[in-house]
Amino acid sequence: MSLTRDGIAYRVACDLPEGSYVNLGIGIPTLVSGYIPAGKDVFFHSENGILGMGGLAAPGKEDADLINAGKQYVTLNPGASFFDHPTSFSMIRGGHINYAVLGALEVAANGDMANWRTPGEKVPGVGGAMDLAFGAENVLVTMTHVTNKGKPKILNKCTLPLTAPHCVKRIYTDMAVVDVTPEGLVLREFAPGLDPQAVQARTDAQLRVAPDCREMNLPAKFHVAQPAA
Amino acid sequence: MVDKTLATVKEAVAPVFDGAVILLGGFGDPGLPGQLLEALRLQGAKNLTVVHNGSGGGVHSLGGLIHDGKVKKLIASFPSNPGNQSFQEKYLKGEVELELVPQGTLAERIRAAGAGLGGFFTPTGAGTDLAAGKEARVIDGREMIFEKALHADFAFVRAYKGDRLGNLTYRMAMRNFNVPMCTAAKHVVAEIDELVPVGGIDPEDVHTPGIFVDHVVEIVRHPEYLKITTEGR
Repeated sequence: MSLTRDGIAYRVACDLPEGSYVNLGIGIPTLVSGYIPAGKDVFFHSENGILGMGGLAAPGKEDADLINAGKQYVTLNPGASFFDHPTSFSMIRGGHINYAVLGALEVAANGDMANWRTPGEKVPGVGGAMDLAFGAENVLVTMTHVTNKGKPKILNKCTLPLTAPHCVKRIYTDMAVVDVTPEGLVLREFAPGLDPQAVQARTDAQLRVAPDCREMNLPAKFHVAQPAA
Repeated sequence: MVDKTLATVKEAVAPVFDGAVILLGGFGDPGLPGQLLEALRLQGAKNLTVVHNGSGGGVHSLGGLIHDGKVKKLIASFPSNPGNQSFQEKYLKGEVELELVPQGTLAERIRAAGAGLGGFFTPTGAGTDLAAGKEARVIDGREMIFEKALHADFAFVRAYKGDRLGNLTYRMAMRNFNVPMCTAAKHVVAEIDELVPVGGIDPEDVHTPGIFVDHVVEIVRHPEYLKITTEGR
């Protein structure tokens, strides 16, 4: 068993505390905003100058001047604000963004993260990824536990060019929740139907099993029989 | 009487010379001066260095300028969007140079230039491939790298409203790079959706004071842009 992409996003959403300022990267992170329960104030930041961003705009309700960092038309929540890029990146680099939820290609046991350059990529692009990885108070990573060829993505050492060294606090995958600690990686939770041994078998780096390590408690709609590709 | 208005985008881009460094505003469509760009493409200046977050889509806007071979170098944070064929083709053929800069560093290098600073130390990029060749220093226990101010000959931006004194106000996500870009070039032109009388922008709402702006040109939004509803305007 493992989790759907939405299941990973749901699990991240459970951990975002009320009052937190959050930047969501492209991919699975974008789904997180859909799982914040009504009445819980979590403020979403978009690096192109929006704080208090709502969900995607409904068809026919788009505003040409209101897009997110992925160039999708979005909406605003009450209390939202607009600002320029230097202010936006002061929020990021200055540590005011409490959580950056980012997709990653690789995470190492020491918290190194690689997400900006793939091996076959011809044209490089970094966008705001490095500023977020270096600047946010907590960097949370969402990714599939292994590549589509079954290769582990949680490694002893990253093989791809780093986005930032020592930046990741917690990793959420379709199989596990893993903390990065000064003593190494700690397995906190595993997907329904798995056990710590099964997670370790798909992880390159050594995992310590937390004393209170447990099976994830998620609604059944987020479970899948096969790991997400 | 001070009057910074110009009648056409053609006049606005006329001073651009071969080899000029141009700050190009916008992030996605909001704030992108699409009509100044089209005029620049027709104007013919070449060997340009363009500073922009991305690399422009397809053969339109910045993509068109690159497609025509007018851009010698692009300084950008995210030129790799799959839609940007013009840049990717030229880059892979070695016909356009790329300086890749993290987005926050790009914004701050422009801001520093406008603020009269030589540069700044930032943690962003320290210990990565993008730190190569940059001065490193440990400040308060954290490794930082030096990033130099980024000056330009021209800045082209788009704003929502402007007046003949050059005061600008933006709408929603249009502010992005445009606010710092207006401060960092010798010659600054804004294309605006609406020219208003002096006093027509509440002083509380002036995002770019006229001191930074040389010219404003009122434009009519492209029909493709107007297809998107502008609820609440």
